[in-house]
Amino acid sequence: MEDSRVVPVTLTVNGKAIAREVEPRTLLVHFLRDDAGLTGTHVGCDTSQCGVCTVLLNGEAVKSCTVLAVQADGADVLTIEGMEEEILHPVQQGFWEKHGLQCGFCTPGAMLTASYLLSTHPHPSEQEIRESLDGLLCRCTGYETIVRSVQRAQEIMDERRESADRETRAI
Amino acid sequence: MADVIGSALKRHEDIRLIRGKGQYTDDMKIPGMVYASMVRSPYAHARIVAVDTAEARRVPGVQAVFTGRDLKDEVGMVPTAWIPPDSDMKMTPHPALAYDFVRYAGDAVAVVIADTPYIAQDAADLVRVEYDAMPAVTNPRDAAKEGAPLVHEDIAGNVAFHWKAGVSVDEVFNKAEVVVRHEFRQQRLVPSAMEPRAAVAQWNAATDELTVWVTTQNPHIHRLLMSGMLGIPEHKLRVVAIDVGGAFGSKIACYPDEVVVSWAARKLNRPVKWTETRSENFTVTTHGRDHVEEVEVAGTKDGHIQAIRVKAYANLGAYLSTAAPGVPTILFGLIVNGAYAIPHASAEVFGMLTHTTPVDAYRGAGRPEATFLVERMVDLYSEAVGMDPLAVRKINLIPADAFPYTNPFTLQYDSGNYQGALAKALEMVDYQQFRKEQDNLRKQGKYVGIGFSTYVEMCGLGPSEVAGAVGFQGGLWESATVRVHPTGKVTVFTGASPHGQGEETTFAQIVAQELGLPPEDIEVVHGDTAKIAMGWGTYGSRTTVVGGAAIHMADQKVIEKARKIAAHKLEVGEDDVAFEQGLFSVKGLPARTVTFQEAALDAYLAWSLPKGMEPALEGTAFYNPENFTYPFGTHIAMVSVDPETGDIELMRYVAVDDVGIVINPMLVEGQIHGGLVQGIGQALYEGAEYDDQGQLLTGSFLDYAMPKARFFPKFETAHTVTPSPHNPLGVKGVGETGAIASTPAIVNAVMDALAPFGIHDLPMPLTPRKVWQAIAAKGGTH
Repeated sequence: MEDSRVVPVTLTVNGKAIAREVEPRTLLVHFLRDDAGLTGTHVGCDTSQCGVCTVLLNGEAVKSCTVLAVQADGADVLTIEGMEEEILHPVQQGFWEKHGLQCGFCTPGAMLTASYLLSTHPHPSEQEIRESLDGLLCRCTGYETIVRSVQRAQEIMDERRESADRETRAI
Repeated sequence: MADVIGSALKRHEDIRLIRGKGQYTDDMKIPGMVYASMVRSPYAHARIVAVDTAEARRVPGVQAVFTGRDLKDEVGMVPTAWIPPDSDMKMTPHPALAYDFVRYAGDAVAVVIADTPYIAQDAADLVRVEYDAMPAVTNPRDAAKEGAPLVHEDIAGNVAFHWKAGVSVDEVFNKAEVVVRHEFRQQRLVPSAMEPRAAVAQWNAATDELTVWVTTQNPHIHRLLMSGMLGIPEHKLRVVAIDVGGAFGSKIACYPDEVVVSWAARKLNRPVKWTETRSENFTVTTHGRDHVEEVEVAGTKDGHIQAIRVKAYANLGAYLSTAAPGVPTILFGLIVNGAYAIPHASAEVFGMLTHTTPVDAYRGAGRPEATFLVERMVDLYSEAVGMDPLAVRKINLIPADAFPYTNPFTLQYDSGNYQGALAKALEMVDYQQFRKEQDNLRKQGKYVGIGFSTYVEMCGLGPSEVAGAVGFQGGLWESATVRVHPTGKVTVFTGASPHGQGEETTFAQIVAQELGLPPEDIEVVHGDTAKIAMGWGTYGSRTTVVGGAAIHMADQKVIEKARKIAAHKLEVGEDDVAFEQGLFSVKGLPARTVTFQEAALDAYLAWSLPKGMEPALEGTAFYNPENFTYPFGTHIAMVSVDPETGDIELMRYVAVDDVGIVINPMLVEGQIHGGLVQGIGQALYEGAEYDDQGQLLTGSFLDYAMPKARFFPKFETAHTVTPSPHNPLGVKGVGETGAIASTPAIVNAVMDALAPFGIHDLPMPLTPRKVWQAIAAKGGTH
């Protein structure tokens, strides 16, 4: 069939280059799940409403069901699997401490949305956090513990920054 | 060691979930796997004239196309597992793939199986189905009218069953000083778990065994029902649900899709995966609620409610789903008196078939519908007698010394102190002050309102004898195995099947407390019929109540055996051995001890066990509760309504819940919050709508208003603690209270705000448009 032709794409996902040949219509989220084998990014709807599939594309939060893999050719993608470095990312730690998840299905999208918010607004108000979650649907938590998780993540970021500063000063 | 029960332990399951390492069904990948896509009817009611699969079969990568006729003689009907007694219930034959008639838009008629999901979907679009469209009916009361289109030809009047409970209250009504009548529309809701359903089936031709990974709340019930449909004996059928992304009742039912995939995996001898799209989730995964209710209350002029009479038309959709008949009957009709000492009550329910998506349990399942009508009627009755709704509640709430309280339907409410919860809520809200401010604001043209819900619900399902008596085709006990390993680490196997509730943590807390072990030494295994002998799953706020109690009983068996081993080692009688915080010691000689871990190792080495004792250390228990549990509380909502726009702002929300003993306060708060947002969602935002032809008009998150973060203030939660007297842990269940209590509190508050306009009731959801129109119809603000 005509549309079985494939095109090569190379994406850097969580710091690793991944080259594959994909159908042009392949959605980024399917590329991540099926071609890259990273099933931490989930699919929650088919109309770009739920935000469960949110990843960072060149540092910006995007719904990966709304981007074609070919559009992301050459881009840097961060998924939930790439959040943790030597220790949990402050957002992961915040969600864990403040019960920001129940079933865990929207959590990857929620955490990447939150990390994007904190990278652009380091000290958001509660209302700003709630508004930043407008692109995310969670059916379990009632959102308040997600808000607390983001606030806790921000505290952890500040704490880590301060302790890094102290170490730098000590040197 | 501090108490583990009652502490806000961080969740064990989060360790994988926050790293993206959860294992949801759609994450499964098996070599050689092929993908299924369903062909669904666009018509709500039609005769299938012909199905042409030729073009679809020609698509490269398509492995097979099956239609209803291919499955007809090989797959049994999708069953209903709840048959209310004395209701003359008619079965609604439900083929896994339709072959003669389709009865709702979304009914599956064929399945395409292909090498990739994209090809399967492409080819599904090429299956040509010729339909002879027929008229449809979607409203449950319209369905009962003379001449309404029949959903099943041989079920007259579309009445699947007619169920009654209670005794005649006519005489009380005839003599009553005050009678208030009202009709409520309990709108249809879409459960909308964030994870769509999915199933992966793998046939093992060498052993004749089928494994099905599926998004279910109850793997063993699935195994039982699928075994019957597929003709695969239970011991050759394994059902697995590892991580399930939310359910809220919508993953109780056994669905056609799962059966079709299982049948196809055997037929093709290849692993087959099916993943629902969100659009499919809206149209084929079970919905909730959807009643038309005629309610009457009789009382005195001075605020004593004497009787309640309910007649409900419950829309059950096109087929009776797995638990559907139990929801609007047993779980609804038997508790319509709510938390009030109403001496006389009767309930009558027509289970109606319509050309709509099947309706089954949705968070609260019957109790939200009951709570809504009684809480709303208390307010309407208060208005009729010119009394404050809080005063009327105080008069009619069941007194604390009346427990155990037998309600008019012979349910026995186990324990309660409703006045205590109300008092606590009123400590958090200055009611008189609010009324003063409300008066002042009204003079300024601002409209605020306060609404109460002093609720009770029945959960912790449930006593198996009662399950049998009310027609549930299964038991409602739960199983637990606590397996202690030689090193003293523990694996717990539970027949409950949590899917977001956090029982890997809660259950570990129970075992940690009782065996005196660190929680991290305990692993909880659930959701796999090959690992767990039997269980009934997670729904009806039963997991901690029933599953937790089973674990408690298994713990006791472990402790008793370990005590004997310790006594043997200490060379004293077992009565002389105390067990505390993981240490066996000789009473009065605290220096002579054996640790739990030492006893475990001795049990496995078996070098020196008490005479006649079998080696190893594990306990298995089956807990069959003697009653349901009855959580209760007081919720208070405060809202402000903008008369110019109809917009409702939720100013404060106070929830005081008594769910008995709390094992993990952080998780309990999470359950309450989640329930609140779903209950408030029903009051203000959510509602599924069909057009006259049976097309779902609210078939996506674009059209169906799921609540979002910015819609809510901070919730103010508190507890009173009245343990369940019959539950070994004293717990009552918390999964559904928020959804049950909150809906009427919100509507009561909005109607209180709108009282100056002469508006007494509006159908949910209370959208700004509806509110504005109602205000305008009453002459507006001018």
